[in-house]
Amino acid sequence: MSVAAETVRNISFTEAYHTALDEALAADPSVFLLGEDIGDKEGGGVFKVTKGLSTKYGDKRVRTTPISEEAIIGAAIGAALVGMRPVAEIMLMNFVTVAMDQIVNHAAKLRFMSGGQTSVPITIRTRTGAGGGTAGQHSDMLEAWFAHVAGIKVVIPSSPAEAAGLLTSCIFDDDPCLFIEDSMTRAQTGPAPPPNYRIPLGKANIVRAGSDVSVISYGRPIGDSLKIAEKLAGEGISVEIVDLRTVSPLDSETVLKSVAKTRRAIVVHEAPRSFGVGAEVTAQIQEHLFGQLKAPVLRVASRDVAVPFSRVLEAEFLYKPSAIEAAIRQTLDGRLVR
Amino acid sequence: MTSVEPLAPSQLLEVFKKARLINLVDERMRSLLRSGKMMAVYYSPRGQEIVAAAMGVHLKPTDYLVTMYRGIHDQLAKGMPLRELCAEYYGKATGTCKGKGGPMHITYPAAGIMVTTGVVGGGLPIANGLALASQLKEDGRVTVCCFGDGASNIGAFHEALNMASLWKLPVVFLCQNNLYAECTKYEDATTVARVSQRAASYNMPGVTVDGNDPAAMWHASREAVERARSGGGPTLLEALTFRFNGHYFGDAAAYIPKEELQAAMARDPMPLLRAAVIASGAATEADLDALSADITAQIDDALQFAADSPTPELAEINRDIYAPGVLA
Repeated sequence: MSVAAETVRNISFTEAYHTALDEALAADPSVFLLGEDIGDKEGGGVFKVTKGLSTKYGDKRVRTTPISEEAIIGAAIGAALVGMRPVAEIMLMNFVTVAMDQIVNHAAKLRFMSGGQTSVPITIRTRTGAGGGTAGQHSDMLEAWFAHVAGIKVVIPSSPAEAAGLLTSCIFDDDPCLFIEDSMTRAQTGPAPPPNYRIPLGKANIVRAGSDVSVISYGRPIGDSLKIAEKLAGEGISVEIVDLRTVSPLDSETVLKSVAKTRRAIVVHEAPRSFGVGAEVTAQIQEHLFGQLKAPVLRVASRDVAVPFSRVLEAEFLYKPSAIEAAIRQTLDGRLVR
Repeated sequence: MTSVEPLAPSQLLEVFKKARLINLVDERMRSLLRSGKMMAVYYSPRGQEIVAAAMGVHLKPTDYLVTMYRGIHDQLAKGMPLRELCAEYYGKATGTCKGKGGPMHITYPAAGIMVTTGVVGGGLPIANGLALASQLKEDGRVTVCCFGDGASNIGAFHEALNMASLWKLPVVFLCQNNLYAECTKYEDATTVARVSQRAASYNMPGVTVDGNDPAAMWHASREAVERARSGGGPTLLEALTFRFNGHYFGDAAAYIPKEELQAAMARDPMPLLRAAVIASGAATEADLDALSADITAQIDDALQFAADSPTPELAEINRDIYAPGVLA
């Protein structure tokens, strides 16, 4: 092992979130955290992301709240209107629905509806994802619901370093951000980012350059897509992977540039197939590049049902990595043009 | 209602000035709507003027207000300038929200008017946040959150009161109980005789006053505002009042029994307040007529400003969606 390799420290997603919060609290007195069970007295959060922070920064800045999602988001909004940068934790994404009025009618719209007189720089951290047997009220990916509302940024990281960089950018962004953490990959590790790492919001990332087909995705399926791309590279198939990072506002420019080059695209997400981010990305591609496409744009996604409990049914619900490979092959249709 | 100490003549006059401003603006708005000269959704505060005025006199410009779509009285009592208000009602570029919020969403942070919500109960959780910021910054500001009796039946009310009490936030929850939640009578939707009873569930002071009685409203407001400002935490202040018009402009309000409306109008708080001011010696009939004429001139000026102002340029639809700079 080289000296350089030895010095690369790996961290988990959970450590990445923790580090970003810790650094933000240290850097800016207007940052504070609020959410259910997040203080050390309560164990530092159900997922331990905030463990140690209330001890370090005090329980005024790391505040455990009642189980009151609407009041949590409202408190964050109000404080943000007058200069604070609150980070609200909503334990699971399905519980975000309890606070929809605050998020959709208020956080997302107050800047516009006040004619720019006020703004709502809040970050809502939440967590979700199927695969853990928690069924239909603890696993939903609802990013498309929020992407449908102008004014809120919807962010989903695909690696620990991305997680730290994007979360820090959300906290210091001047608009409301919904930051979605994946339940299933929380212990996965990757190279640690540099301190106070920031990744610009609204910019997609070409994770892997390729020339035959563009895989457009975000979050957990990025890892699956990378493995498949490596495998297919052995067959001479060159896959480009575009990580949206920010689902909304969508970086259409990067997506269209990639597909204009490869002329084939598939969109992959964990959320159910219908009316999802995949539908929007697909529509934009055909609106701009119809005449240049060599194949229809395909979607790989989970099934249009509630997430079931039984392991076999849950697996049947979830998008399958093998479906990503099949979609790539279908798009290429055996007529690979080099 | 227990008897309260009467107001000093100067205090009465101060309340009257705010109430009369509200009264005259409201009359003009309804006249413009009736004649078709203005097209806007409108929720008249007629009958509730004193509630807002007697609270408003205790607030500093730096204190925060959160109110709701029937909120023009609260906004005026908090110092909303007429030109920016009228231009917003007209949907003009010079409106306080550049014509993008409208009557139900008046915002004017320069006078502490932070949020006007179109969603019943939506303001209470946000008021907590403003108050939390004040508590964290120790800036001594008080947040007043106005809502109606209908809002006391929505979940946000209960979540917000619990959190405010738990954290001892410097906030006053002012429930303007006008006895009708939209078109439904108070007792047909609410299980407690008084909204203020609900404060007990959250271990916070709950007070009911006759909101149309200037002295009662003045003293109760002062107590609640001072409690918040001195670190004593939130208050649920219920001001009993009456809405002389329908829920929205154009609502014939057939659901309000004639006798009930007539009885309320016989106790119209505005002429009673005017008589009280004159009886106190704070002003003469002529003084108050001059005051009204002055307010009318200001309204004329504001409406002319609104009429003369340009409509928003169409590119305005692309602005204020996100912070300028990073994203288009």
